[in-house]
Parts: sequence; C-alpha cells; structure tokens
Amino acid sequence: MNRTLKKLFSNTASLIGIILLFIFVIIALFAPLIAPPLTDDSYQIPRMSWEVNPQPPGFPMSEDIRAIYDYMGVEVRYDKAIFGTAEGGYDIFYGLIWGTRTAFRVGLITVIISVLIGILVGSFSGYFGGWLDEILMRITDIFLSFPFLVAAMVLTTILGRGLDKVMIALIAFGWMGYARLIRGSILATKEETYVTAAKALGVKDVKIIGKHLLPNTIFPVMVQATMNIGSMVITAAALSFLGVGAPVGYADWGQMVSFARNWIIGAPGHAGQYWYTVFYPGIFIVLFVLAWNLVGDTLRDILDPRLRGEL
Amino acid sequence: MLSYIIRRLLLLPIILLGVTFLIFCLFSLLSPMERLATYVHDPATLKNPQSVQRLIDKYHLDDPFPLGYINWIKRIIHFDLGWSQTANQPVWEAITQRFPATLELVLYSIIPVVLVGIWLGVISAVHHNDMLDQTIRVTAIVGWSLPTFIFGLLILFIFYGILEWFPPGRLSTWAQNILYTSPDFRSYTHLITIDALLNGNIPMFLDALRHLIAPILTLSYISWAELLRITRSSMLDTLRKDYIRTARAKGVDEHTVIHLHARKNALIPVVTVAGMQIIGMLGGVVITETIFNYPGLGFWVASSAQQLDYSSVISFALLFATLMVLGNLIVDISYALIDPRVRLE
Repeated sequence: MNRTLKKLFSNTASLIGIILLFIFVIIALFAPLIAPPLTDDSYQIPRMSWEVNPQPPGFPMSEDIRAIYDYMGVEVRYDKAIFGTAEGGYDIFYGLIWGTRTAFRVGLITVIISVLIGILVGSFSGYFGGWLDEILMRITDIFLSFPFLVAAMVLTTILGRGLDKVMIALIAFGWMGYARLIRGSILATKEETYVTAAKALGVKDVKIIGKHLLPNTIFPVMVQATMNIGSMVITAAALSFLGVGAPVGYADWGQMVSFARNWIIGAPGHAGQYWYTVFYPGIFIVLFVLAWNLVGDTLRDILDPRLRGEL
Repeated sequence: MLSYIIRRLLLLPIILLGVTFLIFCLFSLLSPMERLATYVHDPATLKNPQSVQRLIDKYHLDDPFPLGYINWIKRIIHFDLGWSQTANQPVWEAITQRFPATLELVLYSIIPVVLVGIWLGVISAVHHNDMLDQTIRVTAIVGWSLPTFIFGLLILFIFYGILEWFPPGRLSTWAQNILYTSPDFRSYTHLITIDALLNGNIPMFLDALRHLIAPILTLSYISWAELLRITRSSMLDTLRKDYIRTARAKGVDEHTVIHLHARKNALIPVVTVAGMQIIGMLGGVVITETIFNYPGLGFWVASSAQQLDYSSVISFALLFATLMVLGNLIVDISYALIDPRVRLE
C-alpha cells in the first residue's frame, strides 16, 4: 500500500491528477465562500440579467435584478459574472463552483453504489456457481445489451427530470462491469487451498467471501472505479446536455454546456463571440475527468504485476 | 468450435427476450394514461373518457403484467411500435426513414477508428516509454477525458463558426433539392454518398462528404483513444514473448519482427475491442447527431426524450439493444474464428 502511494506521488501524470483533484476538493468545500449563495437554495444558479443572449465576462448584475434582492432584503455579496453569463443571464462562475459539488456527488455516489451492487452480484455468482451463477450472469448480459448513454437516457426520460433520477439511471446500468470483474476473480481463487481450509474449518460462506476472497479483487476494482468516476460525471453531464438531466438553472456542468449549444457559432460576422459559454464549463469538466483518469491509469500500471519495475 | 457457435446462437433469443422484458418493465413504470398516449395520434381523443376507455381496452393496457407483456410483444413483432409525436408519423416509419443517415455516419466512422487507433497503438508500443510514446499516451488520455459533447461543440466552433468548412446538417439546400425533387435522381441505398456516386453526381458526393467529416471526427475520436490503449498494451505484451526474443536472436531484422511476428498476434485481442468500440459508437450517435443537426436516429430520439415522446424513446432503446446484441454475437464468433486458442476450447 505504501509502495503504491509512493509511486502515485512520484509519477508525474498521477501527481498532476492528485493536485487537480485536491484543487477540486477545495473548490467544493469552500463553495459558499468562493461564490456566496444569494438564496436559500444554493444550487440554483443566480441570474445576472434577464437577457437571453450570453453576456461577456465581468458583466455586472443588472439594476432590476439587484432591486429584487434589495426588496427581498438579501445582501448581495457577489455581483459580477466573472466568467460571463450563459443563455438567460445565468452566472457561469457560480454554476461552475457549485457544480463541482454536484460532480463529486454524482461521481462518488453512483460509483460507490454500483461497486456495492457489483460486489453482491459478482461474489454470489462466482462463489455459489451453478444455476444461481447462470441466472445472475444472464441478467448481467441483458443489462449490458444497452449502450450506456442510451439506457441512462431512456430511464431518466421515464423517471422524469432531476439529479436523483439521473443517479438512479446511472447506477441501474453501471454495476455490470464490477460484477463480472469480481466474479472472475472469485472463480480464480475459490479453489485455492486456504479457501478449502477455511471451508473445512466451518467458516461461514459470507465470511469466506468477505475475508478471504474479496480482498484479492480490491485493486482491480479500485482501478476501474477510479476511472469510472470520470465517465459517470461525463454521462450525467451528457444527459443534462441533451435536456433530460438536471432541472433548468441547477448548478450542473452539463447544463452549463447545454446553455452554450445555441450560441457557440456566434452571431453572423462575429464568429466566436460567445466563446466563454463553452470554454469555462469545458475546462472544468475536462480537468475533473482527466484528474480521475490520470490517477486511475497510473494505478493500473502500478498494480499490474507484469509491468512491475518498469515504471 | 461449432458447439460454441451453437451455444451462442441458442443464447441469442434468451437475451433478446430478456431485453424486451427489461424494456417492458421500464414501460410499465409509466401510468396507463402515459402509456396510452404512445399509441394515439390525436391528443383530442384523450379528453373524452369513453374513447379513452375504448382505447385502453383496444391496447390491453389494463391487463395484468404477464398478459400485458405478451400483448406488447405481439404488437412489436408486427412492427406496431406506436405513434411518434415528435416525428408525427408511426414510430416504425420514423425509424426506417432515419436509419440510413445514422448507418452512413457509423460506417464512415469505422475507418479512422481502425486505421488510426491500431497504427498509433503499434507505434506507441514499439517506442515504449520514450517521448513519442508518452506524447501519444497523454493525447489518448486527454482525448478520453474530453466528453463528446464538448469536443463536438469545439469542432463546430472551429470548423463551422470560424473557418466555415464543415456545415451542420446532412446536405446543402441545392443538393437537397436534387435529392427530393429531381426526377432523374434515384435513391438505391439511401446512403447519400453512395447514391450520389451511383448517379454520377460528383458535386453532391463531395457535399455529402463535407457534411459528414465533422460528425465522423466527433463520433470516432473516443474509440481511437481506447483502441490505441489496447493495441499498445497488447503489443507490449507480445514484444516480451519468448518467440520474439528467439526471432531477434536469430537475426531477423527489427521491421520484420514488429510487423510480421509481433503485430499479427498482438492484434487478436484488438479485434474484439475494435468490434466493441464500433458497437459502442451506437450510443455516441445521440450526442453527435444532436450537435450537428444531423437528421438521423440519434437526433430524433434526443428531441423525443426532451418532449417526453415515450414511444419513440422506448422503440429506440429496443432497436439499439437488438443491434448491440447482434453486434456482440458477430464479434464473439469472429474472435473464435481468428484465435486458435479459443477455437480449441
């Protein structure tokens, strides 16, 4: 374990990944200080104007919106759109800062629950074998028969808009990889002598799985989980981009990009006029996903015994 | 070998049945009224309680779950997939009309995936750990981290917004006029590039190609990145094998070792991954077509999802799952044909 950590920190690629992740954690933790919320619902992106067109970086809050906050008795501690505004006057900076929390929540929750389901299905299937294995694996095959994005989109459409629905859809079609991985590893180790010995001693099945079999698969599962956090966040963002994800105005990176969709080409004669609507959200998403992939990619190389000593 | 193929073929109907069952479960999450709406052309009929009851009876929407499933399957077998509000036509008609556009996009995207992915992967492995390898590898990871919808918007921004090279859509207006109104133009395959060539219309072929380049790039770049990674690691593995050392020891030149001895064996696992990547592009068409207003299945289903047009969305899922199951079957069988070790098992 120590060796793994040391390698993670000494490899340039993964060091960059770790530093990026650290920055994102800071942003997520201190979101209320970096972008103070103006209403009780801090995930609702404040609007800086009622304009439909995006407004350039540095755009100050318009007078009529300020008047509303004054009327409501809210102290406006934050009145400039540093990164400009998206379609409809939504502040890009605010959306990105609070969107970091959304990204962590979506990525971590979906991956952790998917891994748990994968452990359950995979270990039962691999350990008990027989007809249970056959049934569970065929069910896995059926869930794997859908392109991930299509399946998530269909389920979200049916369940209705909202971040919780998106997460349910991502989990429902995200556990199969782990189940197969864990099943394979358990099949490979369950005939080992130490497992037979534990069985002969009368150790309970659940304990054998948990104590003797699962620890062997922990590393490959960790690698896959790390890399999947990025792709879960991408898929959630893609759903928002398609207009079936988070509700309008919710601090979510995919939604920020979706706001940019109609403006990316710019007005005739002013190509690239609205570059900031896709540039800033794009940077946030790419760096976040890249950070997880860099760490995951290095983890895989470190834990691959065939490549040991070559890094 | 034969028994393996037979087993896979026997499993096929079971998987397909499971797929339809899962989709029907999703469908059942909707209320009877919402389910009814998927069969109705005219929303006005839903206002009259009597006609609603008649329609519920007609489509067996009150039936218990197992019976409802059987009736639903019966309708699907007869291609009665309901009415698409978004396309304003029956769902099956909407699908057959849009399928060629999507097929054309996917077919063209296979070429860069296979060529570039494998080519760069081999180069990367041969130059293991030096500058070239690191550059290719980092590019692949960055490419992998760049979501399709951002990459697509960037392509649109650069090549249409600024350079005006690759416009969105499928054809320019003048070419559309020829396609839809000219009596001389005959559509043989509904793949516009091929039809244009068959009709000897070179400007139209070029126009169609011009519209395809940006979506192809967007749809395929993630698959290159993945294929590159697999080719690289497979090639690295193979280059460490004993028989390669033997070949080098007996003085075979490096070029022959890499291209004749190593690459052939290294590409065996790559074939599966390439197949899976090509199948995986099916999911990507939704985003790609939406960004470039490309009038295929993906564009249609994205707007259907936004407008809660359930019949279209569910039929799309059914179609793509079927395509994916068939695709996986082909990949598995071809893998068994290529790799003698699998054949012997």
